[in-house]
Amino acid sequence: MTALDAKIPSGSLAEKWDRHKFESKLVNPANRRKYTVIIVGTGLAGASAASSLGELGYNVKSFCIHDSPRRAHSIAAQGGINAAKNYQNDGDSIQRLFYDTVKGGDYRSREANVFRLAQLSVNIIDQCVAQGVPFAREYGGLLDNRSFGGAQVSRTFYARGQTGQQLLLGAYQSMMRQVEKGTVTAYPNREMLDVVVANGQARGIICRNLITGALERHAAHAVLLCTGGYGTAYYLSTNAVNSNVTAAWRAHKRGAFFANPCYTQIHPTCIPVSGTHQSKLTLMSESLRNDGRVWVPKQQEDKRAPQTIPEAERDYYLERKYPSFGNLVPRDVASRNAKSVCDEGRGVGESGLAVYLDFADAIKRLGPDVIRARYGNLFDMYRKITDEDPYQVPMRIYPAIHYTMGGLWVDYNLMSTIPGLHVLGEANFSDHGANRLGASALMQGLADGYFVIPYTLANYLGGTLFQGITTEHEAFKEAESSVQQRIDMLLRVKGKETPRQLHRRLGQLLWDHVGMARNAAGLHHALAEIPRLRDEFWQNLSVPGEPNNLNKNLEYAGRVADYLEFAETLALDALHRTESCGGHFREESQTPDGEALRDDANFSYAAAWEFKGVGAKPELHKEALHFEYVKPSQRSYK
Amino acid sequence: MRINLRVWRQAGPDKPGKLIDYKAEDVSPDMSFLEMLDVVNEGLIRKGDDPIAFDSDCREGICGTCGFLIDGLAHGPMRASTVCQLHMRSFKDGDTLTLEPWRARAFPIIKDLVVDRSAFDRIIQAGGYTSINVGGARDANAILIPRPTIEQAMDSAACIGCGACVAACKNASAALFTSAKISHLALLPQGQVERTARVVDMVDRHDAEGFGSCSNEGECEAVCPKEISITNIARMNREFVRATLLRGR
Repeated sequence: MTALDAKIPSGSLAEKWDRHKFESKLVNPANRRKYTVIIVGTGLAGASAASSLGELGYNVKSFCIHDSPRRAHSIAAQGGINAAKNYQNDGDSIQRLFYDTVKGGDYRSREANVFRLAQLSVNIIDQCVAQGVPFAREYGGLLDNRSFGGAQVSRTFYARGQTGQQLLLGAYQSMMRQVEKGTVTAYPNREMLDVVVANGQARGIICRNLITGALERHAAHAVLLCTGGYGTAYYLSTNAVNSNVTAAWRAHKRGAFFANPCYTQIHPTCIPVSGTHQSKLTLMSESLRNDGRVWVPKQQEDKRAPQTIPEAERDYYLERKYPSFGNLVPRDVASRNAKSVCDEGRGVGESGLAVYLDFADAIKRLGPDVIRARYGNLFDMYRKITDEDPYQVPMRIYPAIHYTMGGLWVDYNLMSTIPGLHVLGEANFSDHGANRLGASALMQGLADGYFVIPYTLANYLGGTLFQGITTEHEAFKEAESSVQQRIDMLLRVKGKETPRQLHRRLGQLLWDHVGMARNAAGLHHALAEIPRLRDEFWQNLSVPGEPNNLNKNLEYAGRVADYLEFAETLALDALHRTESCGGHFREESQTPDGEALRDDANFSYAAAWEFKGVGAKPELHKEALHFEYVKPSQRSYK
Repeated sequence: MRINLRVWRQAGPDKPGKLIDYKAEDVSPDMSFLEMLDVVNEGLIRKGDDPIAFDSDCREGICGTCGFLIDGLAHGPMRASTVCQLHMRSFKDGDTLTLEPWRARAFPIIKDLVVDRSAFDRIIQAGGYTSINVGGARDANAILIPRPTIEQAMDSAACIGCGACVAACKNASAALFTSAKISHLALLPQGQVERTARVVDMVDRHDAEGFGSCSNEGECEAVCPKEISITNIARMNREFVRATLLRGR
């Protein structure tokens, strides 16, 4: 085990970023076009990085698996984006956003990164408004804000229920402007299948053209992975069906450490599972908890229609247990409580795996028109999927995998343990600790892409000696041939099981044993089963069709193969962390009243795993976390 | 439920295509249309046959990736919905449904139900943005925007770029898509600086990509999953006339 150096600048918290920017090396404007930068992924982090680096004059190559950069899954974020603007005069500040984020992350994030994020949050809003992002406004023309996801101030900016879409379109449009100017070249329909490391530096990628099936080599001076999270390891999640861990995992296999994979966020307000055909779960924005009240019947197995259950026989359990935050407790607390009332046999709906989110009081108080104005599109979506009208009957909701705080380990400069390989947005691990607060993912993706990487990448490029490496270099040949071999292996199995069947089984295993609550026995079980499932995959997989054209089943099989390797590291990380923290709840570690109990004496570190071979135990490296400004305490939302 | 499907199968851009019959058994009314196709594909893969290629990603109606014609209707019979948000309860047991890809010269077929919509990216590339580099923005509240204006701009900005409007149009025009972006930015103060150049550049690119002209049939509006209004097209036309007069074209 080696201690990891996060390269946090010296000085007081408030000075670190400014000092670092001043001390960083620069790249002369005339020299920038001589540097090629590969950016993989075009979500908020990737598209914002592509546009800002293109504007600066670098030669940017942008890759995505979608048919257009505009389709990345950031687009699905509903609720909003936080910023410490204090436009509402209600006590917000950079300091408070910083404090809330460190506390919300259950003291498992890096103070310096979180403070920088809070500082940059204000610039993001300015930039997005300048792009024409139609954030909601007050009648006087000023920007509107709402309180969101457990915050006691109103700092969330939003564009109806489509904030992620509007922010992504802003970043995408800025990126397309650079495409027109020739600084950015867009490569859609490409899947990155390996990072090329030459002389110890990340110098390119191997990708598959998903339309022609051809493998392509691309060389660069630096590679930025902006490839999102790994929530679809669980099969059912709120992530898009094509979201995957492949790029991050392949980078991990080339030497990038994977940090805190057990930190997965389970979102409390999703539409419950309806059957085995289900391909994904749909999130209902947690802004609904601002007006909806969460309850279950007091009695077990109460199958009466919700409207017929009298007030006295309902348990508004969040309001009862957490009087000061009520229905607005953070995501991990809300999810865990939903699970525990369902485990008690008080869940509702056919499966018993759901709780009510009731708008009857809000409709009575505010009238249906106000509710329609606030949540109309969400109510419509709910009705389309469930065939029930939430204006008449309470919604049924249940937690689902939504976001992954873990990711590739990066230092303060967003650089991984492979020199030159930078990781931005959800794909890295850095800012959210063990639990992410609502409306913070969009903030982090854009902060990384618009405002952090332009400085830290220049510092890397300006301070590094590069040898002339072309795509004919041995490292490219070796990487391409290993990618080709893996594709051939997938096609050669010719068994009977579809990638989806195998993926669904992996997902169920992870959900049952590495889900909302984990214990040692369950994790050992998962660790025994995952290799068996992986063997079955390689013995009984069916991938019809050819590799040399559009073959979605082949793409999917490759991603499932990577999940079957990655899942082991995820479960192992969960097993080693015997404390509870944020999204990781270990049943062995709880307070007498059932809340998560951290173990700061033994686990105040980020766990970064080094790949040692498929099925071999990865090596643990620790980055100790120091809390100078926010003193860790037991989180309480009572 | 049991559904009979007639699906357009085409191995590649230059290969001939034809309709092939499939049966979807044990369909639950709670399945989405794409989940029903997933089940059909599972059966095909197990038999060693090439599954039906179709695009999808978020499966909650916002990414704009999915889309094909069901009995000639873009995204199927439900109003204001993408095909991923269409559920099988919209159909009857024993129905026969014909699935075809978007059909337009500017959207070449890649395989089966998947088409190439990169022309949309090139229309945006021509001017669908404000030219503001990172770093130069002023305070967000320094720009006052009346609430009705922002609501109107948001209505236009909600376009998901799925291409249904093109598929529904007998001229294969992308006027609704193009006008939605032009309107979004023309309505806002931030879009004024480049207002004139933007409409001309984007309309020119639209035409160069091989999309047809608008003849005001309104089919696009009827199938649009985000209910983008054709008043956007009227605004684009006004903007275009204004720009032509100002530029003396």
